[in-house]
Amino acid sequence: MVTKFDIENLNIWFKEVRALKDVSLKIQANEILSVIGPSNSGKTTFIRMLNRMNELQYNFRMNGKVELDGFDVRKIDLEPLRKRVGMVFALPLPLPLSIFDNVVYGARMHGINNKNKLKEIVERSLKQAYIWDEVKDRLGVSAYKLSGGQQQRLCIARTLAVGPEVILYDEPCSGLDPISTAKVEETMLKLKEKYTIVLVTNNVKQAARVGDRTAFFLNGELVELDKTDQIFTAPRDKRTDGYIRGKFG
Amino acid sequence: MHNSQRTQKIAFLFLFLATLLIVVPVGLIVVIIIQKGLPAINWQFLTDIPRQGMRAGGIFPAIVGTMYLVAGAIVFALPIGLLAAIYLSEYSKDNFLNRLIKLAIVNLAGVPSVVYGLFGLALFVIFLKFGASILSGSLTLGIMILPIIITASREALESVPDSFREVSLSLGASKWQTIRHIVLPNAVPGILTGTILGLGRAAGETAPILFTVAAFYLPRLPHSIFDQAMALPYHLYVISTQVPNVDEKIRYGTALVLLVLVLFMNLVAIIIRYKFRKKKKW
Repeated sequence: MVTKFDIENLNIWFKEVRALKDVSLKIQANEILSVIGPSNSGKTTFIRMLNRMNELQYNFRMNGKVELDGFDVRKIDLEPLRKRVGMVFALPLPLPLSIFDNVVYGARMHGINNKNKLKEIVERSLKQAYIWDEVKDRLGVSAYKLSGGQQQRLCIARTLAVGPEVILYDEPCSGLDPISTAKVEETMLKLKEKYTIVLVTNNVKQAARVGDRTAFFLNGELVELDKTDQIFTAPRDKRTDGYIRGKFG
Repeated sequence: MHNSQRTQKIAFLFLFLATLLIVVPVGLIVVIIIQKGLPAINWQFLTDIPRQGMRAGGIFPAIVGTMYLVAGAIVFALPIGLLAAIYLSEYSKDNFLNRLIKLAIVNLAGVPSVVYGLFGLALFVIFLKFGASILSGSLTLGIMILPIIITASREALESVPDSFREVSLSLGASKWQTIRHIVLPNAVPGILTGTILGLGRAAGETAPILFTVAAFYLPRLPHSIFDQAMALPYHLYVISTQVPNVDEKIRYGTALVLLVLVLFMNLVAIIIRYKFRKKKKW
Protein backbone atom coordinates (compact mmCIF):
# COMPACT_ATOMS: atom_id res chain seq x y z
CA MET A 1 0.00 0.00 0.00
CA VAL A 2 1.33 3.38 -1.02
CA THR A 3 0.36 6.35 1.08
CA LYS A 4 -0.93 9.22 -1.06
CA PHE A 5 -1.91 11.72 1.60
CA ASP A 6 -0.46 11.71 5.06
CA ILE A 7 -2.36 13.93 7.47
CA GLU A 8 -1.28 14.37 11.06
CA ASN A 9 -2.74 16.49 13.84
CA LEU A 10 -4.56 18.73 11.42
CA ASN A 11 -6.39 21.64 13.00
CA ILE A 12 -8.38 24.20 11.05
CA TRP A 13 -10.10 27.35 12.17
CA PHE A 14 -12.36 29.78 10.37
CA LYS A 15 -12.16 32.97 12.36
CA GLU A 16 -12.40 31.59 15.90
CA VAL A 17 -14.51 28.58 14.98
CA ARG A 18 -12.56 25.36 15.03
CA ALA A 19 -13.61 23.28 12.06
CA LEU A 20 -11.20 20.36 12.43
CA LYS A 21 -9.67 19.01 15.62
CA ASP A 22 -6.47 16.96 15.59
CA VAL A 23 -7.34 14.91 12.56
CA SER A 24 -4.78 12.25 11.64
CA LEU A 25 -5.22 9.77 8.82
CA LYS A 26 -3.55 8.33 5.78
CA ILE A 27 -5.14 8.07 2.35
CA GLN A 28 -3.86 5.14 0.30
CA ALA A 29 -3.20 5.29 -3.40
CA ASN A 30 -5.96 3.78 -5.55
CA GLU A 31 -8.51 3.49 -2.81
CA ILE A 32 -11.89 5.10 -2.46
CA LEU A 33 -12.05 6.70 0.93
CA SER A 34 -15.61 7.64 1.90
CA VAL A 35 -15.99 10.46 4.34
CA ILE A 36 -19.32 10.56 6.13
CA GLY A 37 -20.75 12.65 8.93
CA PRO A 38 -23.58 15.08 9.64
CA SER A 39 -23.42 18.63 8.29
CA ASN A 40 -20.92 20.82 10.08
CA SER A 41 -18.84 17.79 10.94
CA GLY A 42 -15.84 19.18 9.05
CA LYS A 43 -15.81 16.69 6.18
CA THR A 44 -15.92 19.30 3.41
CA THR A 45 -13.30 21.39 5.22
CA PHE A 46 -11.21 18.25 5.36
CA ILE A 47 -11.18 17.56 1.61
CA ARG A 48 -10.86 21.23 0.71
CA MET A 49 -7.61 21.10 2.67
CA LEU A 50 -6.23 18.48 0.29
CA ASN A 51 -6.30 20.88 -2.69
CA ARG A 52 -6.01 24.00 -0.53
CA MET A 53 -9.39 25.42 -1.51
CA ASN A 54 -9.94 26.43 2.10
CA GLU A 55 -7.44 29.21 1.58
CA LEU A 56 -9.98 31.09 -0.51
CA GLN A 57 -11.75 31.76 2.74
CA TYR A 58 -10.62 34.99 4.28
CA ASN A 59 -10.38 33.85 7.90
CA PHE A 60 -8.80 30.46 7.33
CA ARG A 61 -6.09 29.29 9.73
CA MET A 62 -4.50 25.88 10.20
CA ASN A 63 -1.72 23.89 11.77
CA GLY A 64 -0.58 20.30 11.48
CA LYS A 65 0.81 18.19 8.68
CA VAL A 66 -0.72 17.53 5.26
CA GLU A 67 1.63 15.72 2.91
CA LEU A 68 1.07 14.58 -0.66
CA ASP A 69 3.59 11.89 -1.63
CA GLY A 70 5.74 13.06 1.24
CA PHE A 71 5.68 16.77 0.37
CA ASP A 72 3.95 19.42 2.43
CA VAL A 73 1.00 20.62 0.32
CA ARG A 74 1.55 24.18 1.51
CA LYS A 75 4.96 24.15 -0.15
CA ILE A 76 3.56 22.99 -3.49
CA ASP A 77 2.40 25.89 -5.70
CA LEU A 78 -1.37 26.13 -5.95
CA GLU A 79 -1.66 25.52 -9.69
CA PRO A 80 0.40 22.30 -9.87
CA LEU A 81 -1.17 21.05 -6.65
CA ARG A 82 -4.70 21.50 -7.99
CA LYS A 83 -3.66 19.93 -11.25
CA ARG A 84 -2.67 16.83 -9.31
CA VAL A 85 -5.61 16.92 -6.90
CA GLY A 86 -8.84 17.52 -8.82
CA MET A 87 -12.24 18.26 -7.36
CA VAL A 88 -15.85 17.57 -8.27
CA PHE A 89 -18.30 19.85 -6.52
CA ALA A 90 -21.62 19.18 -4.83
CA LEU A 91 -23.74 20.71 -7.56
CA PRO A 92 -23.02 20.28 -11.24
CA LEU A 93 -21.12 23.47 -12.05
CA PRO A 94 -20.40 23.68 -15.76
CA LEU A 95 -18.57 26.82 -16.78
CA PRO A 96 -20.60 29.04 -19.14
CA LEU A 97 -18.92 27.47 -22.17
CA SER A 98 -19.59 24.69 -24.64
CA ILE A 99 -19.21 21.04 -23.67
CA PHE A 100 -15.89 20.88 -25.51
CA ASP A 101 -14.53 24.06 -23.94
CA ASN A 102 -15.58 22.91 -20.49
CA VAL A 103 -13.60 19.71 -20.79
CA VAL A 104 -10.45 21.33 -22.11
CA TYR A 105 -10.60 24.39 -19.86
CA GLY A 106 -7.97 23.07 -17.45
CA ALA A 107 -5.72 21.76 -20.20
CA ARG A 108 -5.84 25.10 -22.00
CA MET A 109 -4.96 26.93 -18.80
CA HIS A 110 -1.95 24.66 -18.51
CA GLY A 111 -0.77 25.69 -21.93
CA ILE A 112 -2.06 22.94 -24.23
CA ASN A 113 -3.33 24.55 -27.43
CA ASN A 114 -2.79 21.90 -30.08
CA LYS A 115 -6.22 21.18 -31.60
CA ASN A 116 -5.68 17.46 -32.12
CA LYS A 117 -4.31 17.06 -28.66
CA LEU A 118 -7.33 18.86 -27.20
CA LYS A 119 -9.73 16.70 -29.22
CA GLU A 120 -7.94 13.64 -27.93
CA ILE A 121 -8.27 14.87 -24.35
CA VAL A 122 -11.98 15.55 -24.80
CA GLU A 123 -12.72 12.11 -26.19
CA ARG A 124 -10.63 10.30 -23.60
CA SER A 125 -12.03 12.25 -20.64
CA LEU A 126 -15.66 12.01 -21.74
CA LYS A 127 -15.26 8.27 -22.28
CA GLN A 128 -13.73 7.88 -18.84
CA ALA A 129 -16.70 9.68 -17.35
CA TYR A 130 -19.15 7.55 -19.36
CA ILE A 131 -20.82 10.42 -21.11
CA TRP A 132 -19.09 10.34 -24.50
CA ASP A 133 -21.88 8.48 -26.30
CA GLU A 134 -24.48 10.94 -25.03
CA VAL A 135 -22.67 14.09 -26.14
CA LYS A 136 -20.25 13.19 -28.92
CA ASP A 137 -22.51 14.69 -31.60
CA ARG A 138 -23.02 18.02 -29.87
CA LEU A 139 -19.72 18.99 -28.32
CA GLY A 140 -20.21 22.57 -29.45
CA VAL A 141 -23.45 23.25 -27.60
CA SER A 142 -23.63 24.92 -24.21
CA ALA A 143 -22.99 22.65 -21.27
CA TYR A 144 -26.17 24.06 -19.77
CA LYS A 145 -28.21 22.20 -22.38
CA LEU A 146 -27.39 18.92 -20.60
CA SER A 147 -29.43 17.36 -17.83
CA GLY A 148 -28.20 17.63 -14.23
CA GLY A 149 -26.78 14.12 -14.20
CA GLN A 150 -25.02 14.64 -17.52
CA GLN A 151 -23.64 17.96 -16.29
CA GLN A 152 -22.15 16.26 -13.26
CA ARG A 153 -20.49 13.59 -15.38
CA LEU A 154 -19.23 16.39 -17.65
CA CYS A 155 -17.70 18.00 -14.56
CA ILE A 156 -16.04 14.68 -13.72
CA ALA A 157 -14.66 14.54 -17.26
CA ARG A 158 -13.43 18.10 -16.89
CA THR A 159 -11.59 17.15 -13.71
CA LEU A 160 -10.09 14.06 -15.38
CA ALA A 161 -8.97 16.07 -18.42
CA VAL A 162 -6.37 17.85 -16.32
CA GLY A 163 -4.72 14.51 -15.54
CA PRO A 164 -4.98 14.40 -11.75
CA GLU A 165 -3.70 11.73 -9.40
CA VAL A 166 -6.34 12.28 -6.76
CA ILE A 167 -10.01 13.16 -7.26
CA LEU A 168 -11.97 14.75 -4.47
CA TYR A 169 -15.73 14.34 -4.69
CA ASP A 170 -17.60 16.79 -2.50
CA GLU A 171 -21.09 15.27 -2.18
CA PRO A 172 -21.21 14.80 -5.96
CA CYS A 173 -24.68 13.27 -6.05
CA SER A 174 -26.55 15.57 -3.71
CA GLY A 175 -28.47 17.13 -6.58
CA LEU A 176 -28.93 14.03 -8.73
CA ASP A 177 -31.67 11.48 -9.29
CA PRO A 178 -31.02 7.79 -8.44
CA ILE A 179 -30.18 6.77 -12.01
CA SER A 180 -27.63 9.56 -12.46
CA THR A 181 -26.26 8.74 -9.02
CA ALA A 182 -25.76 5.13 -10.04
CA LYS A 183 -23.88 6.27 -13.16
CA VAL A 184 -21.61 8.57 -11.18
CA GLU A 185 -20.88 5.78 -8.70
CA GLU A 186 -20.12 3.41 -11.54
CA THR A 187 -17.55 5.85 -12.92
CA MET A 188 -15.96 6.16 -9.50
CA LEU A 189 -15.49 2.41 -9.20
CA LYS A 190 -13.89 2.27 -12.65
CA LEU A 191 -11.67 5.28 -11.98
CA LYS A 192 -10.30 3.68 -8.82
CA GLU A 193 -7.87 1.64 -10.89
CA LYS A 194 -5.99 4.75 -11.94
CA TYR A 195 -6.85 7.38 -9.37
CA THR A 196 -7.07 7.87 -5.66
CA ILE A 197 -10.56 8.95 -4.71
CA VAL A 198 -11.87 10.76 -1.66
CA LEU A 199 -15.66 10.85 -1.54
CA VAL A 200 -17.47 13.12 0.87
CA THR A 201 -21.08 12.11 1.03
CA ASN A 202 -24.22 12.73 3.03
CA ASN A 203 -25.59 9.48 1.75
CA VAL A 204 -24.48 6.71 4.10
CA LYS A 205 -25.58 4.01 1.69
CA GLN A 206 -23.44 5.53 -1.03
CA ALA A 207 -20.41 5.35 1.25
CA ALA A 208 -21.20 1.70 1.88
CA ARG A 209 -21.60 0.99 -1.85
CA VAL A 210 -18.39 2.50 -3.19
CA GLY A 211 -15.93 3.09 -0.33
CA ASP A 212 -13.01 0.78 0.38
CA ARG A 213 -12.59 2.49 3.70
CA THR A 214 -14.92 4.88 5.45
CA ALA A 215 -14.10 7.73 7.79
CA PHE A 216 -16.72 9.09 10.15
CA PHE A 217 -16.42 12.73 11.17
CA LEU A 218 -18.36 14.39 13.97
CA ASN A 219 -17.97 17.96 15.19
CA GLY A 220 -14.61 18.33 13.48
CA GLU A 221 -13.17 15.14 14.92
CA LEU A 222 -12.35 11.93 13.13
CA VAL A 223 -14.34 9.45 15.19
CA GLU A 224 -13.57 6.27 13.34
CA LEU A 225 -11.77 5.10 10.23
CA ASP A 226 -11.89 1.52 9.09
CA LYS A 227 -12.66 -0.83 6.24
CA THR A 228 -16.13 -0.01 4.97
CA ASP A 229 -17.46 -3.48 5.83
CA GLN A 230 -16.19 -3.11 9.35
CA ILE A 231 -17.75 0.31 9.83
CA PHE A 232 -21.11 -0.78 8.56
CA THR A 233 -21.29 -4.15 10.31
CA ALA A 234 -19.44 -3.67 13.57
CA PRO A 235 -18.41 -0.08 14.26
CA ARG A 236 -16.24 0.32 17.31
CA ASP A 237 -17.65 3.68 18.37
CA LYS A 238 -21.29 3.93 19.34
CA ARG A 239 -21.56 7.39 17.77
CA THR A 240 -20.67 5.86 14.40
CA ASP A 241 -23.26 3.19 15.00
CA GLY A 242 -25.86 5.81 15.85
CA TYR A 243 -25.12 7.85 12.73
CA ILE A 244 -25.20 5.02 10.21
CA ARG A 245 -28.42 3.75 11.74
CA GLY A 246 -29.88 7.18 11.19
CA LYS A 247 -30.30 8.06 14.85
CA PHE A 248 -28.93 11.55 14.31
CA GLY A 249 -27.50 13.80 11.64
CA MET B 1 -60.88 39.58 -0.20
CA HIS B 2 -62.36 42.26 -2.42
CA ASN B 3 -60.54 44.76 -0.32
CA SER B 4 -57.13 43.28 -1.12
CA GLN B 5 -57.97 43.26 -4.83
CA ARG B 6 -58.97 46.90 -4.66
CA THR B 7 -55.73 47.76 -2.89
CA GLN B 8 -53.85 45.94 -5.60
CA LYS B 9 -55.66 47.87 -8.32
CA ILE B 10 -54.89 51.17 -6.63
CA ALA B 11 -51.23 50.18 -6.29
CA PHE B 12 -51.06 49.27 -9.98
CA LEU B 13 -52.67 52.57 -10.87
CA PHE B 14 -50.04 54.53 -8.96
CA LEU B 15 -47.21 52.51 -10.43
CA PHE B 16 -48.62 53.09 -13.89
CA LEU B 17 -49.07 56.82 -13.29
CA ALA B 18 -45.50 57.14 -12.04
CA THR B 19 -44.23 55.45 -15.17
CA LEU B 20 -46.41 57.68 -17.31
CA LEU B 21 -45.06 60.73 -15.50
CA ILE B 22 -41.56 59.74 -16.58
CA VAL B 23 -42.36 58.68 -20.11
CA VAL B 24 -44.45 61.71 -21.10
CA PRO B 25 -41.85 64.45 -20.48
CA VAL B 26 -39.10 62.41 -22.13
CA GLY B 27 -41.35 61.75 -25.10
CA LEU B 28 -42.31 65.43 -25.30
CA ILE B 29 -38.69 66.54 -25.27
CA VAL B 30 -37.86 64.22 -28.11
CA VAL B 31 -40.94 65.22 -30.11
CA ILE B 32 -40.37 68.95 -29.69
CA ILE B 33 -36.69 68.75 -30.53
CA ILE B 34 -37.37 66.68 -33.62
CA GLN B 35 -40.26 68.92 -34.68
CA LYS B 36 -38.32 72.14 -34.32
CA GLY B 37 -34.88 70.83 -35.23
CA LEU B 38 -35.56 68.62 -38.21
CA PRO B 39 -36.09 71.51 -40.66
CA ALA B 40 -32.52 72.69 -39.97
CA ILE B 41 -30.96 69.34 -40.76
CA ASN B 42 -29.42 69.11 -44.20
CA TRP B 43 -26.07 68.15 -45.63
CA GLN B 44 -24.67 71.63 -45.31
CA PHE B 45 -25.70 71.90 -41.66
CA LEU B 46 -23.86 68.68 -40.83
CA THR B 47 -20.70 69.28 -42.85
CA ASP B 48 -20.13 73.03 -43.02
CA ILE B 49 -18.40 75.36 -40.58
CA PRO B 50 -20.51 77.95 -38.73
CA ARG B 51 -20.92 81.19 -40.71
CA GLN B 52 -22.19 84.73 -40.11
CA GLY B 53 -21.38 84.69 -36.40
CA MET B 54 -22.91 81.21 -35.99
CA ARG B 55 -26.23 82.39 -37.37
CA ALA B 56 -25.85 80.33 -40.53
CA GLY B 57 -23.71 77.56 -41.94
CA GLY B 58 -23.20 74.29 -40.18
CA ILE B 59 -21.94 72.75 -36.96
CA PHE B 60 -19.36 70.33 -38.33
CA PRO B 61 -16.47 71.44 -36.07
CA ALA B 62 -18.67 71.00 -32.98
CA ILE B 63 -19.71 67.50 -34.04
CA VAL B 64 -16.12 66.49 -34.63
CA GLY B 65 -15.00 68.14 -31.39
CA THR B 66 -17.58 66.25 -29.33
CA MET B 67 -16.62 62.97 -30.96
CA TYR B 68 -12.95 63.58 -30.18
CA LEU B 69 -13.77 64.45 -26.59
CA VAL B 70 -15.99 61.45 -25.99
CA ALA B 71 -13.52 59.09 -27.64
CA GLY B 72 -10.68 60.58 -25.61
CA ALA B 73 -12.64 60.29 -22.37
CA ILE B 74 -13.48 56.63 -23.03
CA VAL B 75 -9.95 55.75 -24.11
CA PHE B 76 -8.71 57.23 -20.87
CA ALA B 77 -11.44 56.12 -18.46
CA LEU B 78 -12.38 52.63 -19.64
CA PRO B 79 -9.02 50.88 -19.17
CA ILE B 80 -8.21 52.63 -15.91
CA GLY B 81 -11.74 52.18 -14.60
CA LEU B 82 -11.81 48.52 -15.55
CA LEU B 83 -8.43 47.81 -13.97
CA ALA B 84 -9.47 49.58 -10.79
CA ALA B 85 -12.73 47.65 -10.73
CA ILE B 86 -10.89 44.35 -11.16
CA TYR B 87 -8.58 45.24 -8.32
CA LEU B 88 -11.41 46.32 -6.04
CA SER B 89 -13.64 43.34 -6.69
CA GLU B 90 -11.12 40.53 -7.15
CA TYR B 91 -8.00 41.40 -5.20
CA SER B 92 -8.66 43.92 -2.46
CA LYS B 93 -9.45 42.53 0.97
CA ASP B 94 -12.79 43.35 2.51
CA ASN B 95 -11.59 45.74 5.19
CA PHE B 96 -12.58 49.19 6.42
CA LEU B 97 -10.22 51.14 4.16
CA ASN B 98 -11.35 49.35 1.03
CA ARG B 99 -15.01 49.74 1.91
CA LEU B 100 -14.34 53.43 2.40
CA ILE B 101 -12.67 53.64 -1.01
CA LYS B 102 -15.60 51.91 -2.68
CA LEU B 103 -18.06 54.23 -0.98
CA ALA B 104 -16.01 57.26 -1.99
CA ILE B 105 -15.99 56.14 -5.62
CA VAL B 106 -19.76 55.69 -5.64
CA ASN B 107 -20.17 59.15 -4.18
CA LEU B 108 -17.81 60.71 -6.71
CA ALA B 109 -20.38 59.89 -9.39
CA GLY B 110 -22.65 62.44 -7.75
CA VAL B 111 -20.20 65.34 -7.67
CA PRO B 112 -21.49 68.27 -9.79
CA SER B 113 -19.81 68.39 -13.17
CA VAL B 114 -18.69 72.01 -12.76
CA VAL B 115 -16.47 70.83 -9.91
CA TYR B 116 -14.77 68.46 -12.32
CA GLY B 117 -14.41 71.37 -14.71
CA LEU B 118 -12.59 73.45 -12.11
CA PHE B 119 -10.44 70.49 -11.16
CA GLY B 120 -9.51 69.94 -14.79
CA LEU B 121 -8.67 73.61 -15.18
CA ALA B 122 -6.37 73.53 -12.18
CA LEU B 123 -4.67 70.20 -12.88
CA PHE B 124 -4.50 69.75 -16.65
CA VAL B 125 -4.79 73.24 -18.09
CA ILE B 126 -2.65 75.12 -15.58
CA PHE B 127 -0.51 72.76 -13.55
CA LEU B 128 0.38 70.24 -16.26
CA LYS B 129 0.39 73.06 -18.84
CA PHE B 130 -1.75 71.21 -21.38
CA GLY B 131 -3.61 74.48 -21.90
CA ALA B 132 -7.21 74.58 -23.05
CA SER B 133 -7.01 71.56 -25.33
CA ILE B 134 -8.72 68.38 -26.41
CA LEU B 135 -6.29 66.53 -24.14
CA SER B 136 -7.31 68.54 -21.07
CA GLY B 137 -11.00 68.25 -21.92
CA SER B 138 -10.84 64.51 -22.56
CA LEU B 139 -8.97 63.89 -19.33
CA THR B 140 -11.44 66.01 -17.38
CA LEU B 141 -14.42 64.18 -18.90
CA GLY B 142 -12.60 60.91 -18.32
CA ILE B 143 -12.16 61.65 -14.63
CA MET B 144 -15.82 62.62 -14.44
CA ILE B 145 -17.02 59.29 -15.86
CA LEU B 146 -14.45 57.12 -14.03
CA PRO B 147 -16.68 56.56 -10.98
CA ILE B 148 -19.58 55.51 -13.21
CA ILE B 149 -17.42 53.03 -15.07
CA ILE B 150 -15.71 51.69 -11.93
CA THR B 151 -18.95 51.21 -10.04
CA ALA B 152 -20.79 49.53 -12.91
CA SER B 153 -17.80 47.32 -13.73
CA ARG B 154 -17.31 46.33 -10.12
CA GLU B 155 -20.95 45.35 -9.82
CA ALA B 156 -20.71 43.39 -13.06
CA LEU B 157 -17.62 41.53 -11.85
CA GLU B 158 -19.15 40.79 -8.48
CA SER B 159 -22.31 39.43 -10.07
CA VAL B 160 -20.33 36.59 -11.69
CA PRO B 161 -21.04 33.60 -9.42
CA ASP B 162 -18.20 32.64 -7.05
CA SER B 163 -18.74 29.02 -7.98
CA PHE B 164 -17.26 29.73 -11.44
CA ARG B 165 -14.14 31.09 -9.79
CA GLU B 166 -13.87 28.05 -7.53
CA VAL B 167 -14.26 25.64 -10.44
CA SER B 168 -11.62 27.44 -12.46
CA LEU B 169 -9.17 27.54 -9.55
CA SER B 170 -9.85 23.90 -8.69
CA LEU B 171 -8.75 22.95 -12.22
CA GLY B 172 -5.38 24.52 -11.55
CA ALA B 173 -5.97 27.84 -13.28
CA SER B 174 -4.23 30.79 -11.70
CA LYS B 175 -6.17 33.68 -10.25
CA TRP B 176 -5.38 35.89 -13.21
CA GLN B 177 -6.36 33.18 -15.71
CA THR B 178 -9.62 32.80 -13.84
CA ILE B 179 -10.30 36.52 -14.06
CA ARG B 180 -9.22 36.72 -17.67
CA HIS B 181 -11.08 33.66 -19.01
CA ILE B 182 -14.10 33.28 -16.73
CA VAL B 183 -14.88 36.43 -14.77
CA LEU B 184 -14.24 39.14 -17.37
CA PRO B 185 -16.10 37.58 -20.32
CA ASN B 186 -19.17 37.14 -18.13
CA ALA B 187 -18.97 40.69 -16.83
CA VAL B 188 -18.75 42.37 -20.25
CA PRO B 189 -22.46 43.25 -20.55
CA GLY B 190 -22.44 45.03 -17.20
CA ILE B 191 -19.17 46.78 -17.97
CA LEU B 192 -20.64 48.00 -21.26
CA THR B 193 -23.69 49.32 -19.46
CA GLY B 194 -21.41 51.46 -17.32
CA THR B 195 -19.56 52.58 -20.42
CA ILE B 196 -22.82 53.54 -22.13
CA LEU B 197 -23.85 55.65 -19.16
CA GLY B 198 -20.43 57.28 -19.07
CA LEU B 199 -20.46 57.89 -22.80
CA GLY B 200 -23.78 59.72 -22.72
CA ARG B 201 -22.69 61.80 -19.79
CA ALA B 202 -19.37 62.75 -21.41
CA ALA B 203 -21.08 63.77 -24.63
CA GLY B 204 -23.72 65.90 -22.96
CA GLU B 205 -21.92 67.80 -20.21
CA THR B 206 -21.02 71.43 -20.71
CA ALA B 207 -19.39 72.44 -17.45
CA PRO B 208 -16.33 70.16 -17.52
CA ILE B 209 -15.34 71.34 -21.00
CA LEU B 210 -16.14 74.98 -20.38
CA PHE B 211 -12.73 75.84 -18.91
CA THR B 212 -10.69 73.01 -20.32
CA VAL B 213 -11.24 72.82 -24.07
CA ALA B 214 -14.32 74.43 -25.51
CA ALA B 215 -13.81 77.18 -28.04
CA PHE B 216 -16.47 79.86 -28.34
CA TYR B 217 -15.99 80.09 -32.07
CA LEU B 218 -13.39 78.13 -34.00
CA PRO B 219 -14.55 77.63 -37.56
CA ARG B 220 -12.05 74.89 -38.42
CA LEU B 221 -11.20 71.40 -37.28
CA PRO B 222 -8.66 70.96 -34.46
CA HIS B 223 -5.13 70.22 -35.65
CA SER B 224 -3.99 68.07 -32.75
CA ILE B 225 -4.96 66.99 -29.26
CA PHE B 226 -3.29 70.14 -27.97
CA ASP B 227 -5.71 72.26 -29.95
CA GLN B 228 -8.91 73.79 -28.68
CA ALA B 229 -12.14 72.52 -30.18
CA MET B 230 -15.79 73.38 -30.41
CA ALA B 231 -18.19 70.95 -28.80
CA LEU B 232 -21.91 70.44 -29.27
CA PRO B 233 -23.20 71.10 -25.75
CA TYR B 234 -21.14 74.24 -25.37
CA HIS B 235 -22.00 75.41 -28.87
CA LEU B 236 -25.67 74.93 -28.02
CA TYR B 237 -25.22 77.01 -24.89
CA VAL B 238 -23.45 79.72 -26.86
CA ILE B 239 -26.01 80.03 -29.64
CA SER B 240 -28.86 79.87 -27.14
CA THR B 241 -27.63 82.50 -24.71
CA GLN B 242 -24.57 84.37 -25.96
CA VAL B 243 -25.31 85.13 -29.58
CA PRO B 244 -28.43 87.20 -30.34
CA ASN B 245 -30.77 86.48 -33.22
CA VAL B 246 -29.86 82.89 -33.88
CA ASP B 247 -32.66 81.16 -35.73
CA GLU B 248 -34.62 78.82 -33.49
CA LYS B 249 -34.32 75.96 -35.91
CA ILE B 250 -30.50 76.12 -35.78
CA ARG B 251 -30.62 75.85 -32.01
CA TYR B 252 -33.00 72.92 -32.06
CA GLY B 253 -31.15 71.39 -34.96
CA THR B 254 -27.94 71.43 -32.89
CA ALA B 255 -29.79 69.84 -29.97
CA LEU B 256 -31.16 67.18 -32.30
CA VAL B 257 -27.70 66.36 -33.63
CA LEU B 258 -26.36 66.04 -30.08
CA LEU B 259 -29.25 63.78 -29.15
CA VAL B 260 -28.80 61.57 -32.19
CA LEU B 261 -25.06 61.40 -31.64
CA VAL B 262 -25.47 60.18 -28.07
CA LEU B 263 -28.19 57.79 -29.16
CA PHE B 264 -26.00 56.44 -31.92
CA MET B 265 -23.05 55.85 -29.60
CA ASN B 266 -25.34 54.13 -27.13
CA LEU B 267 -26.74 52.00 -29.89
CA VAL B 268 -23.31 50.72 -30.82
CA ALA B 269 -22.62 49.78 -27.20
CA ILE B 270 -26.06 48.20 -26.85
CA ILE B 271 -25.47 46.04 -29.92
CA ILE B 272 -22.12 44.86 -28.57
CA ARG B 273 -23.74 44.14 -25.23
CA TYR B 274 -26.55 42.23 -26.87
CA LYS B 275 -24.08 40.06 -28.75
CA PHE B 276 -22.28 39.22 -25.51
CA ARG B 277 -25.53 38.52 -23.70
CA LYS B 278 -26.57 36.11 -26.38
CA LYS B 279 -23.34 34.25 -25.81
CA LYS B 280 -24.04 34.02 -22.11
CA LYS B 281 -24.82 30.43 -21.36
CA TRP B 282 -26.17 30.36 -17.87
